[in-house]
Amino acid sequence: MQTYDLEADGLRGLNSSLQAQNAETNQTRWEIVNPKGSHAIAVGLDAPIEVTVKGSTGYYCAGMNQQATIKVEGSVGPGVAENMMSGQVIVDGDASQYAGATGHGGLLVIKGNASSRCGISMKGIDIVVHGNIGHMSAFMAQDGNLVVCGDAGDALGDSLYEARLFVRGSVKSLGADCIEKDMRPEHLDILRDLLARAGSDAKPEEFKRYGSARQLYNFDVDNAAAY
Amino acid sequence: MCGIVGLFLKDQSLAPQLGNMLTDMLITMTDRGPDSAGIAIYGAESAGKTKITVQSPNPDADFVGLADELGEKLGATVGQTNNDTHTVLEIPAGQFEAARAALADIRPSVRIMSRGESLEIYKEVGLPKDVADRFNLNGMSGTHGIGHTRMATESAVTTMGAHPFNTGPDQCLVHNGSLSNHNSLRRKLRREGVVIQTENDTEVGAAYLTWKMMNGATLGEALETSIDDLDGFFTFVVGTKDGFGVVRDPIACKPAVMAETDQYVAFGSEYRALVNLPGIEDARVWEPEPSTVYFWSHNDSPTTHEKAA
Repeated sequence: MQTYDLEADGLRGLNSSLQAQNAETNQTRWEIVNPKGSHAIAVGLDAPIEVTVKGSTGYYCAGMNQQATIKVEGSVGPGVAENMMSGQVIVDGDASQYAGATGHGGLLVIKGNASSRCGISMKGIDIVVHGNIGHMSAFMAQDGNLVVCGDAGDALGDSLYEARLFVRGSVKSLGADCIEKDMRPEHLDILRDLLARAGSDAKPEEFKRYGSARQLYNFDVDNAAAY
Repeated sequence: MCGIVGLFLKDQSLAPQLGNMLTDMLITMTDRGPDSAGIAIYGAESAGKTKITVQSPNPDADFVGLADELGEKLGATVGQTNNDTHTVLEIPAGQFEAARAALADIRPSVRIMSRGESLEIYKEVGLPKDVADRFNLNGMSGTHGIGHTRMATESAVTTMGAHPFNTGPDQCLVHNGSLSNHNSLRRKLRREGVVIQTENDTEVGAAYLTWKMMNGATLGEALETSIDDLDGFFTFVVGTKDGFGVVRDPIACKPAVMAETDQYVAFGSEYRALVNLPGIEDARVWEPEPSTVYFWSHNDSPTTHEKAA
């Protein structure tokens, strides 16, 4: 186990050490102490290593992650796991705005609540939030799955493409072109797998599925007056 | 981008350390606002007096004999405590408008930063650390206080453009964001008789709340209607003599984190600002919801102006 004191040794040293790891590394487990809300902790990793952050972080924690498993024993600021490609990011506390934004792959698990714009423009990432999410979540989401065990805020899935949204609790309002859809067996299978991987004991049958009505995909001359 | 910090003490044994804690929080927010910095602190009040904090670009010339000359104009004894470019004048309660007129006459280059029974505002252009040092902010004590680090967008980088803004007795406001309807609202408020000193958008936000409260709204109600009447982005932190409030616009893209323990309620634009507070590890930490008014008061039976929303 490698232990890195962020307060004593600085952010650049941390990220360059973590980014230098590769598939053959022997330094597979890292612990970061004294994060103290710092920005851009453990970003741009590309190796199958495990990183544990002992405390809360600021902006852009675990951004652009590939392969690595990053666990935060605290809460995270805006933009956690932004543009993740693969791997896993697990947050024990809450996440601020735009968690998992633009992510292409991998799994983001938030054990507390996520605030506004969770999964905005997601492109294949899977996101599981054990608590609630804020307004404008999954705005223009293109692919992947957003699973919410609590409630969703206003304008869920506005201008949605092909991402699948699963919410167990209430949805304050749906955004433009987002509708409730039937839950088919293949969706229950996806949910069951994601909930198990995210450590949630919620039952897939308790969720509703939301998706795109696909009415905004093409220009509609009847809407011309709106432009 | 700007940085906001705020600290409201529930445990008054921390009062002597308020300035110290707020200064640490303020300096941590330097990256968010290196242009200018300011702090509003609610300290000791003296019965029957009003404190006016004024600033001068030429304090050596302007502050000499100021209390005596102002006292002569008001026919009263005036206290004076100098602190770098600022001085706190203590006048009999009820004489603020007379004092404002007298100051414009005897010291035209002096600018009023704040007035109230307990509120003092210190703000200047420069790095937060330098601003804190020149006023010895870390030695100040008080019941609650609000600080701001500025990265200017809507008006010039000047002392008068720095936050916090004071537009009514013991009221102050700091802002992260930008208001887009401030020009039309400023004209309207000036017509209503509210004094607005600058072209800054935030001062209009502060003046709006003052105007609402002048017309009978509680602070909570004024904050509620601000969500509809102010156009733009804002996270506001406001102070009154006994209380401390927070509101964010419906989009809520300007960051905010709050922490509460048995000893205090704290606000930071980022969690970083809160990490050195005592007991933060066990505090309840959360992000304030959009379009939701939060308010705490020292007063167990708040007056209508202080009533929580």
